Amino acid sequence: MNELKNLILTRDGFVATVQLHRPKVLNALNLELMIELVETLEMLDNDPEVRGIVLTGSERAFAAGADITEMADVTAIDMLMRDQFTRWDRIRKIKKPIVAAVSGFALGGGCELMMHCDIIIASETARIGQPEILIGVMPGAGGTQRLTRAVGKGLAMEMVLTGRQITADEALKAGLVNKVVPVEFYLEEAQRMAKEISERPPVAVRLAKESVLKAFDTTIEMGLEFERKNFYLLFASEDMREGMSAFVEKRKAEWKGK
Amino acid sequence: MAEFQTILTTLSEGIYTITLNRPEVYNAFNEQMTTDLQEAFKEAAKNDAVRVVVLTGAGKAFCSGQDLKDAPTGGGKRSLRDSLERRYNPLIRAMRKLPKPIIGSINGVAAGAGASLALACDYRIMSENAKLIEVFVRIGLVPDSGSSWFLVKNVGVAKAFELAATGDDIPAKKALELSLANQVVPSADLEKETASVATAFATGPTKAYGYIKRMIDKVAGMSLDEALDYEVFMQEAAGRTQDYTDAVKAFAEKKQPVYAGK
Repeated sequence: MNELKNLILTRDGFVATVQLHRPKVLNALNLELMIELVETLEMLDNDPEVRGIVLTGSERAFAAGADITEMADVTAIDMLMRDQFTRWDRIRKIKKPIVAAVSGFALGGGCELMMHCDIIIASETARIGQPEILIGVMPGAGGTQRLTRAVGKGLAMEMVLTGRQITADEALKAGLVNKVVPVEFYLEEAQRMAKEISERPPVAVRLAKESVLKAFDTTIEMGLEFERKNFYLLFASEDMREGMSAFVEKRKAEWKGK
Repeated sequence: MAEFQTILTTLSEGIYTITLNRPEVYNAFNEQMTTDLQEAFKEAAKNDAVRVVVLTGAGKAFCSGQDLKDAPTGGGKRSLRDSLERRYNPLIRAMRKLPKPIIGSINGVAAGAGASLALACDYRIMSENAKLIEVFVRIGLVPDSGSSWFLVKNVGVAKAFELAATGDDIPAKKALELSLANQVVPSADLEKETASVATAFATGPTKAYGYIKRMIDKVAGMSLDEALDYEVFMQEAAGRTQDYTDAVKAFAEKKQPVYAGK
């Protein structure tokens, strides 16, 4: 892969941290950054040395939105041909767990990117919103769908129709984020969470993530069936044998990821 | 440093002193003074040389609250909501968010939003002839700019109602009894006492003061369980400061710690 211009990638054990890095524009998500991000996440997804991913921005901004300068002058047909949001679907298909570490602004595309993650740790300073309406558009990368599923119709409508930003505590109450911690600790807390998951058996983690995500796009009947199949499938894994033996023998399990 | 029209500011030995300076109207708030104060607290936040803030008033009063004669910008009727959301609430929030101690040196009457301003400080030294007045009710209004919260947290529900609903004067001595003041001193000693407290804070562990302030405001709305968890974070943060490292070293060497405030 080419050298990263808009991201900083670091690794610690089985945890990889991807930091959005366009500090001059509060991590506005331009096309170049999104291409790098999707490719990096896919690369990490295929790397057996990675079992958990943390996605973060800076203390001031997770990401303040899409790069408006790239959109101000284009036509509907340009947008259709560019079809940039299709690329975001590839983030949805990442199989490894992604923990978002969010501080400062997570607005518009930033909020939508945050909602692509599996678990969200927010700093007390986080400000979350879908302000697209204020510039004459609306969310286009899943905001109307994911926000509504996360916080319910009422708050989603309010945020999308007025553009109001909510605080970290409001987001916690609404169920949009998992945890709110002092700003000094949001990244560590997310990395700690990713590390904890990285110590779990990877095959089970993968199928469990897949099953939870299934709840968002299927009927309960299909979802339950999907869950059961994945559950049964894990009985073919070596880690399942190891996990149950270790439990019975009261020792720590050694995961092989098989 | 910024120039202000309605306040005076000085910075010396880590002590940033803000003096409300409209003595002809008992330092009442006009539009400009709320703007100036917001700016001054921004300066206090971003300037590392500032380790403690002293807030006081010029002349006889500390601050007599909103100047009812101050015409709203753009003319028309003053919107209370707009005034609170745009002028007073950001000021009170900035004071509570400032990770440095604020000493209120209450030289005279602090009424209405002036009382709120005094109560938003972290430590209050009152001159013996000073008084707090939750004066709002005397013109048919209710406490604002944080007064309701500061009163409930400091004096409890029953007394808060009494002070807010009667609008009676709270003389310095009574304020001390109610824990609304930390110290009461003779008027002639106010400046000296303030300087002594300010110097103590300005040479102390500044980061720890910031964490203590944040923690106390935060746990005020928490259960014990949540507070215990929050303490872990704040202690972890304090444990990473240079002041902590230096103090532990000084302790081992049986010396007085010298705090850099970092």
